[in-house]
Amino acid sequence: MVQAPPAPWIGASLPRVDGISKVTGRARYLDDLPAAGAWHGATVRSDIAHGVLEALDFDPAFDWSSVVVVTAADIAAQGGHNVIRLIQDDQPALVPVGGKVMHAHEPLALVAAPSRALARAAAAAVRPRIQPLPAVLSAKDALAGSVALHGTDNVFKSFLIRKGHREDAELERALASAALVIEGEYTTSPQEQMYIEPQAMMSSWHDGRCHIVGSMQCPYYVHKAMKTLLACKDDEVVISQSVTGGGFGGKEEYPSMIAAHAALLARKAGRAVKLVYDRDEDIAATTKRHPAWIRHRLGVDASGEPVAIDVDVVMDGGAYLTLSQVVLSRGVLHAAGPYRCPVVRVRGRVVATNHPPHGAFRGFGAPQTTFAYERQMDKLARARGEDPLALRKRLALRSGDTTATGQALTFSVGTDAVLAAIERAAGPPPQRAGRSLAGSPLRRGRGVCFYFHGAGFTGSGEARLAGRAAVAVVLPSGAEAASAAPVRFEVRSSSTDIGQGSITMFSQIAAASLGCDPQLVRVIDPTTDKVPDSGPTVASRTCMVVGRVVEQACRTLRGRLEAWRAARGPAAESLSLPEVAAAMARELASDGKELVELVQYEPPPGIVWDDDSYTGSAYPVYGWAACLVDVAVDLDTYEVSVLRCVQAVDVGKAINPVIVRGQIEGGTLQALGWALIENVIYKDGKVANANMTNCIVPTFADAPELETVLVEEPYPYGPGGAKGVGEIPMDGPAAAVANAVEDALGCAFDSLPISPEKIATALRQASARSDGKAGVP
Amino acid sequence: MTAYLRPRSLAEAVAARAAEPGYLVLAGGTDLMVNANHRPAPAGLIDLWRLPGAGEISLDAERGQLAIGAGATWLQVQRHPLVVRHAAILAAAAREIGALQIQARGTIGGNVANSSPVGDSLPVLLALEAELELCSVRGTRRLPYREFCTGYRTTALGADELVSAVLVPVAAPAVRLFWRKVGTRRAQSISKVMAAAAIHLEDGVVRRATVAFGAVADRPVRLAGVEAAVVGLAPAQAAEAARAAVAGAIAPISDVRSTSDYRLQVAENLAARMFSELS
Ligand SMILES: Cc1cc2nc3c(=O)[nH]c(=O)nc-3n(C[C@H](O)[C@H](O)[C@H](O)COP(=O)(O)OP(=O)(O)OC[C@H]3O[C@@H](n4cnc5c(N)ncnc54)[C@H](O)[C@@H]3O)c2cc1C
Repeated sequence: MVQAPPAPWIGASLPRVDGISKVTGRARYLDDLPAAGAWHGATVRSDIAHGVLEALDFDPAFDWSSVVVVTAADIAAQGGHNVIRLIQDDQPALVPVGGKVMHAHEPLALVAAPSRALARAAAAAVRPRIQPLPAVLSAKDALAGSVALHGTDNVFKSFLIRKGHREDAELERALASAALVIEGEYTTSPQEQMYIEPQAMMSSWHDGRCHIVGSMQCPYYVHKAMKTLLACKDDEVVISQSVTGGGFGGKEEYPSMIAAHAALLARKAGRAVKLVYDRDEDIAATTKRHPAWIRHRLGVDASGEPVAIDVDVVMDGGAYLTLSQVVLSRGVLHAAGPYRCPVVRVRGRVVATNHPPHGAFRGFGAPQTTFAYERQMDKLARARGEDPLALRKRLALRSGDTTATGQALTFSVGTDAVLAAIERAAGPPPQRAGRSLAGSPLRRGRGVCFYFHGAGFTGSGEARLAGRAAVAVVLPSGAEAASAAPVRFEVRSSSTDIGQGSITMFSQIAAASLGCDPQLVRVIDPTTDKVPDSGPTVASRTCMVVGRVVEQACRTLRGRLEAWRAARGPAAESLSLPEVAAAMARELASDGKELVELVQYEPPPGIVWDDDSYTGSAYPVYGWAACLVDVAVDLDTYEVSVLRCVQAVDVGKAINPVIVRGQIEGGTLQALGWALIENVIYKDGKVANANMTNCIVPTFADAPELETVLVEEPYPYGPGGAKGVGEIPMDGPAAAVANAVEDALGCAFDSLPISPEKIATALRQASARSDGKAGVP
Repeated sequence: MTAYLRPRSLAEAVAARAAEPGYLVLAGGTDLMVNANHRPAPAGLIDLWRLPGAGEISLDAERGQLAIGAGATWLQVQRHPLVVRHAAILAAAAREIGALQIQARGTIGGNVANSSPVGDSLPVLLALEAELELCSVRGTRRLPYREFCTGYRTTALGADELVSAVLVPVAAPAVRLFWRKVGTRRAQSISKVMAAAAIHLEDGVVRRATVAFGAVADRPVRLAGVEAAVVGLAPAQAAEAARAAVAGAIAPISDVRSTSDYRLQVAENLAARMFSELS
């Protein structure tokens, strides 16, 4: 038996499998796909945040015979259910006449026409008549409860975590015993994912099946939603992911809505229909990061040791539940921070408003609560006159400690390594005062933060999902066969590459586990009739969970191949693994069988979670990170420049270090944007800045020098030791920026974004308070 | 169907303009195309892109003016040695318009004719006391830029006219120039406040100053009150006088990009900075 070489493919920065096709423009996104004869769809939306749809009036001057119109009535007429199936079946695909309009960008009707221009003209010729109702336009209004949108209290879902106490009075006693209590109130803004490719879907009905292809993260979410909407069986809908230009969570749940619309139009039109959103429609109608309102109390004893933490988290869920309860759950589970504390209470509520539903976005609730707890830690350091990094070192969770949910941490805790990395990288703090190139006075400051991010689904989520993936041996066919091409190892999973590099990562894991060249591995495009359900492409789980399944499938296959070779004695000994695979696959093929290994995810042992008490192992493992930010604030314009941003992130193992650094740098810049400039502005429930001119994200000119330190504390149950990396870089930098701005200016900024406008106001108030004598330190 | 005309000379261009006053004039298209999705297709286009001679930049020594063809792109403007030497703040503004792709395509004539209250070159043209050359089949006229912009996105351009050149007086060596754009971010950014000034300092006091702001009113504005307040003062006093004079002179609005308080505060700071920088 030839001994396999060590797995050189884990930890190698191989070029992206999809890299060349993307940089040369050969990759075809949905709108580039050939669509001869396809019609174009357009969506008629409400522009009133809350009301009753009394009628849809059709302009008699328009020639309706040239287009196809779909309303809610068409869904029922075909036996379908007018819902976008997710957690609760509360969101309709189209508001029926007589039904409630719940937000200002809600779909009411659809049209399709031979050209996009005609489809748009038709959509504009549909005039919804809506009787307005009083709208709820903030989480605070929702809690005040004067208008009931959901139940009697507008609370979609609430969570409660208690550690070290049974009743509120005990918590209050603990806080009362504290020598110092830091109290803070924090708000964070909605954020747009701003993937480069707007949302797009195409549908056609043929061979008795509904086919949907489009830009998405989760083919099986769409599959499940379509089965209900269209009253179809499993094999009557086929969902395929097209090359997808970014998602960041924005293509987690909303694609089901667009798929629904495309499928309904295609069915009625009797031809393929393409539904491609314009940027403005995409920004207005699709999901954003949940705005949050967080109150936090942190009590410490005279030595600075935490005695109690109390956090109250309120998120604005928008008009329908969608994924809000899961976002809230993650937010709540991270809210106490990676710090030891004997008594913790975290309360969370997500409420109904008449905003468009807020949804998944990288970090998924954790960035909001991380901002709050890392501001709190900084205020504690300031109040005690303690070095902010030293404070974090003193209080941070380490192996052997327990989290707020009572989870004992036993492995892969990168606390010391990431904090040490930040300390090493820090260098001297920036000089406080200076002048910009333009001659304006500057104030500089430094901020740090320490944070963690649970990888994979919460609690028992992964066990419930039971994600599967397969590896199959595919024999060369056609011209390939004639040229004696080797076999291919085909990885089949529903995990989507949305730009994060998962195809390349899977190729490396498969090659390493099989002991073959990555060139022989092909990760096929996710199509629901060809790949098993691996679970959604979310929650930093693709590498850690699905990658693990791929690793195991490949290892099992390799075991079978080696056994096959061994059984054939010395004659087979010299055969290479691909040759063995070819021979074995041919043998099976003659019996009409495929050589394939399908594996289902097995959660690691010892993961026990109780949904009722919200205690136990919230996540199988955590990523750990620390961040350092230096800023300069221009005192003429109040603009904040990030001079430097260092992130040290414990990723378990970087399967492909260049891709991992790319994830961290991209997530960091997204976080800096959220900290300083990004915002979705609602006016009367409508997005007032639904274009790229005013809904801004950082450009390269705004990007500081990004320094990334990879820390590898292997996770024993991840492929090659890897754990999640996709989301973690988004969580911390906003707090680090706020801490740095406070260090520079001496004023606290607890509301995101920290815009120049807010800084100007704060400095004006500060100088008014001190009679204009003392300005900025 | 939209008709498409591509004149090969300025004469052909003004003839086309006279014949088809309903057609849209297209230069770089960087303003026009942004709204193309949101309004009906025009009857026709007169495409001036790369019109021969339209982007030339030269020095008219006799008049002491820099002549910048309306078709000059921001890339040409920022790199041209004559602009860098004689109108450095115009080159500086050009470097901050959009980003490289926009600068390669957007023209000075387009910025002027589009006359947006957030057009970045416009306060610079006010501060430099530029003139425009306007052309039609009726002939050529010169108009001080100050008289060109008549209101919110309205101009003195005749229905048959084109902007053919921007004429910038060559600044005297004793004149100090100031430019600052405050936008929403570092590039591809719409201005919240722009400030431009040309300040003649002699014997340590301000003899004359032209001070202009953008994005603080429905059009770019010269602030005569600030200009008057600083004459005869040393830089430090001029800075305080300028700051104080701004408050009564402008009443900026709040919108999705910023607030009136912020715009006013920053305008005050920059009015002070343009003078305090002198010392
Ligand atoms: C992404 C982006 C970023 C931008 N950033 C900035 C910025 O930072 N600062 C800024 O000021 N602008 C910015 N702009 C706007 C635009 O680029 C500038 O105003 C540019 O100078 C317009 O020139 P153009 O040649 O492209 O004009 P066009 O779009 O071709 O024309 C603009 C208008 O001027 C008219 N016109 C053009 N030339 C003439 C002429 N010779 N005579 C008469 N009428 C004429 C046209 O009919 C039209 O009404 C940006 C635009 C985009 C798309």
